[in-house]
Amino acid sequence: MTQTDQIVLPAKRRGGETLHFALRNKKLLVGAFVVLAALVLAIAGPILHDVSPTEYIGVPGQAPGGDHLLGTTMFGQDVYSQFVHGLRSTFLVGLLGGGLAAVVGMVVGFVAGYRGGWVDEILNMVTNILLVIPTLAVLIIIAAYLKVRGVMVEALFIGFTSWPWAARAVRAQTLTLASRDFVDLARLSGVRTWKIITREIAPNMSSYLFMTFILLFGGAVLAAATLDFIGLGPTDGMSLGLMMNNAVKWSALQLGLWWWFVPPGIGITAVVGALYVMNVGLDEVFNPRLRET
Amino acid sequence: MRQYFGRKALIYALTFFVAVTINWMIPRFMPGDPIQGLVARAQVADPASVDAMRAHYTNLFGLDVPWWQQYVNFWAALLRGDMGISIWAFPTPVTDLIIRAVPYTLGLLIPAILLSWWAGNRFGAFAARRKWLDNTVLPIGYLLTATPYMWLALLLAWTLAILAGIFPVSHAYSFAVQPSWSWEFLGSLAVHWVLPFSSLFLVMFGGWAIGMRNLIIYELESDYANYLQALGARSRLVRGYAFRNAVLPQITGLALQLGTIVAGALVTEIVFSYPGIGHLILQAINNQDFFLLQGAFLFIVLGVLVANFIIDVVYTLVDPRTRIRMQGNAV
Amino acid sequence: MGLRVNDLKVYYQTLRGEVKALDGVTFAVGDGEILGLAGESGCGKTTLGKSLIRMDGRMRHTGGTVELDGAELPIGDDRRMNRFRFSEVSIIPQYAMSAMNPTRKIGKMVADLLESRGLRYRNLAGELERRLDLVELPREVLGSYPLELSGGMKQRMVMVISTLLDPSLLIADEITSALDVSTQKAVARTLVGFRDRGFVRSVIFITHDISLTYQIADTIMVMYAGKVAEKARADVIVNAPRHPYTKLLISSLPEVGVRYADRKLAGIPGSPPSLLDPPTGCRFRDRCPLAHDKCAEEPPAVEVEPDHFVACWKA
Repeated sequence: MTQTDQIVLPAKRRGGETLHFALRNKKLLVGAFVVLAALVLAIAGPILHDVSPTEYIGVPGQAPGGDHLLGTTMFGQDVYSQFVHGLRSTFLVGLLGGGLAAVVGMVVGFVAGYRGGWVDEILNMVTNILLVIPTLAVLIIIAAYLKVRGVMVEALFIGFTSWPWAARAVRAQTLTLASRDFVDLARLSGVRTWKIITREIAPNMSSYLFMTFILLFGGAVLAAATLDFIGLGPTDGMSLGLMMNNAVKWSALQLGLWWWFVPPGIGITAVVGALYVMNVGLDEVFNPRLRET
Repeated sequence: MRQYFGRKALIYALTFFVAVTINWMIPRFMPGDPIQGLVARAQVADPASVDAMRAHYTNLFGLDVPWWQQYVNFWAALLRGDMGISIWAFPTPVTDLIIRAVPYTLGLLIPAILLSWWAGNRFGAFAARRKWLDNTVLPIGYLLTATPYMWLALLLAWTLAILAGIFPVSHAYSFAVQPSWSWEFLGSLAVHWVLPFSSLFLVMFGGWAIGMRNLIIYELESDYANYLQALGARSRLVRGYAFRNAVLPQITGLALQLGTIVAGALVTEIVFSYPGIGHLILQAINNQDFFLLQGAFLFIVLGVLVANFIIDVVYTLVDPRTRIRMQGNAV
Repeated sequence: MGLRVNDLKVYYQTLRGEVKALDGVTFAVGDGEILGLAGESGCGKTTLGKSLIRMDGRMRHTGGTVELDGAELPIGDDRRMNRFRFSEVSIIPQYAMSAMNPTRKIGKMVADLLESRGLRYRNLAGELERRLDLVELPREVLGSYPLELSGGMKQRMVMVISTLLDPSLLIADEITSALDVSTQKAVARTLVGFRDRGFVRSVIFITHDISLTYQIADTIMVMYAGKVAEKARADVIVNAPRHPYTKLLISSLPEVGVRYADRKLAGIPGSPPSLLDPPTGCRFRDRCPLAHDKCAEEPPAVEVEPDHFVACWKA
């Protein structure tokens, strides 16, 4: 395999090669397009459509069309406004929660993998414990005791509980990289640990780290939706999970108000699904073995 | 062997210890006074009753002794199986409520996990074979795993129960029948079970199918597969090996996913008002019933730990490599 | 009879176009002959080895023929080629350390493989055990998982499996690169032993290590950028090379024979040309110290003396 790769890929062209494949990878392009479209809607939607998501402003239980694009809830709230505000929370939770989890996971993984010894033992133990604890159940307990909950706090908690598998994966990657020549060289020339990690190890697995972040992003969005749906969502905001929670709480199913619970699910599924598909695309781009001819 | 399981058991024991400690700590160290909150939510105006309630709750939580003793008492009660009295279903003990709910949750979860795992693996391996199938299965699989459990549950409830009227929309059995071993009751149970089971099954199925598809592709690129093909082995043999080897990480994947799956079951139960643990948790949250909530939490942790241990044992039985490493000797 | 390869062209399909990894290769390997195949990485030697037994998905058989013992090998047809694999053409892959299924006992794997080829394990078990004895592997390895074997043991096990059906042609692809020097020698000697006992009739021994090739090969073929540069008896290639590339390659290896110890280690400056759009004429022209105008035309392979072929205008 290495032999043929050398034929196909002269080393200096590899950067251009990645871009070349990236721009031709359908999965990556479609996924990125959907995510970006949702992001634009989440940013611009609430600005262009200046209607409060919580105020009772219309005829209750109106079907989509008419005055309100996606209809109204059974209290007369504007569903479209709830949707775009909820989408905003979705991205916020994903970015913050997923980002935080990625940072914690990377730090733990790098340090455990690079330092080894008792540091590794302890970090590994902590990681393993958090890995088997059903973290969503922990989040439920914590959230239940919080009287005021914001999207930020939710993201924070999700971030601090969802990093273990990332740490484990990063640790494994670091272990293989730490034994390579260029890392040895840096170590021999007395470069500090932290510098070796940030200058030598992290850049060499940047694609891997990025893909880890994407998965954590998706996981954070789904975790937040679950919490919100149980009724532990933001007390002072709007989220897609909260929309579904309200819809179920006020019998939208029985009353046939499908526009109340269908859009939020579409929003979450589209964003998370597109992220996952994008990830497969990225995997194919970074990993020549998976490329199709 | 003993060392391997000893290490695992230590981790599980530590995990349980940590979980119990978290459970003990949260109400005591959270900002704000939970008892104050409980009393306030009871909306009693009479100061005498307020004081009585406060004393009652303080005593109930065992807050009137030093913290270390509270901790010891907490463990002692727990080991007796005493998780307190439910406020929502006063005066039923939390343990009783949970024991009543568990069969429903397990009845949904275990078939859904096992069947989706089996079918997803089969289907993913099958899809990896043909390009057109792969191209259709892959996006659908990703959409399914990206679907929030409750949303698929809502969609199924709305389309198949409300609109089409094929299945009942909520509860575990019709209130017209009495729980008994009659065909009528079992039939009612089965009909009510289909939708929550299906929504759990479908979301998980997507995940397993994709996982297997990706793993098979990696396995078919692996050295042993190339070697066998170079020696002209039939693709049946190569695929058989690849499937077997790809199943192993899927077993580990099951262990890693358990937490998420359980959470999925909780919200699915909520959508269908299915009387399992998820339903209890919702009631506990709506009624500020912290004993019930914490009892349910501990039970979930315990269940996940037991399941993890079972998966560990199964894995060592199936993967010769872990067995050999455990014995730690080469020929 | 042996192997006859005539003007073989195998290209890689890539998004940028065709990579001409093998571009008109002609040579023959006789019965009982060990042919050493040498050259820098990317010269096409691994592609040649793969082409003769199993091409990967991106390779296309674009032209030329391969004949083994008088029968044409359908190398471009994966399905029809299956009949020849293992029994006629076999391979010891460069990844011998990981060539066996890690989750299956070795004996079971061999049985699966044989049964998959329509053969009875029982009929061959005796021969298999005799050959294990020969390479000094305990018979218990058949009941072990690959993980339980050391690197050298795995290597020998794969050698035994690959040659079990006494193939006419064996391709040994960089089989020593993962081993330490003493093991390398042992493996090479085992290979010669297999040939001497008739387990294999002819061998193509692919390596970048000319000194090792020299010790076991009868003939050495040097490839450059998808073409044959020079092919001759091993001692001729090492002692009296004619192609400037061979000369540079030999002189860059100080450990080949004492005679060359006084020579300076001269790496070859520059790198091989891109095979996506190879230059016309001699492909070594840009790096050749002897290049002149004539080299803009492609040099034909000329038999300068019996069994010594050189593709160079200056030879």
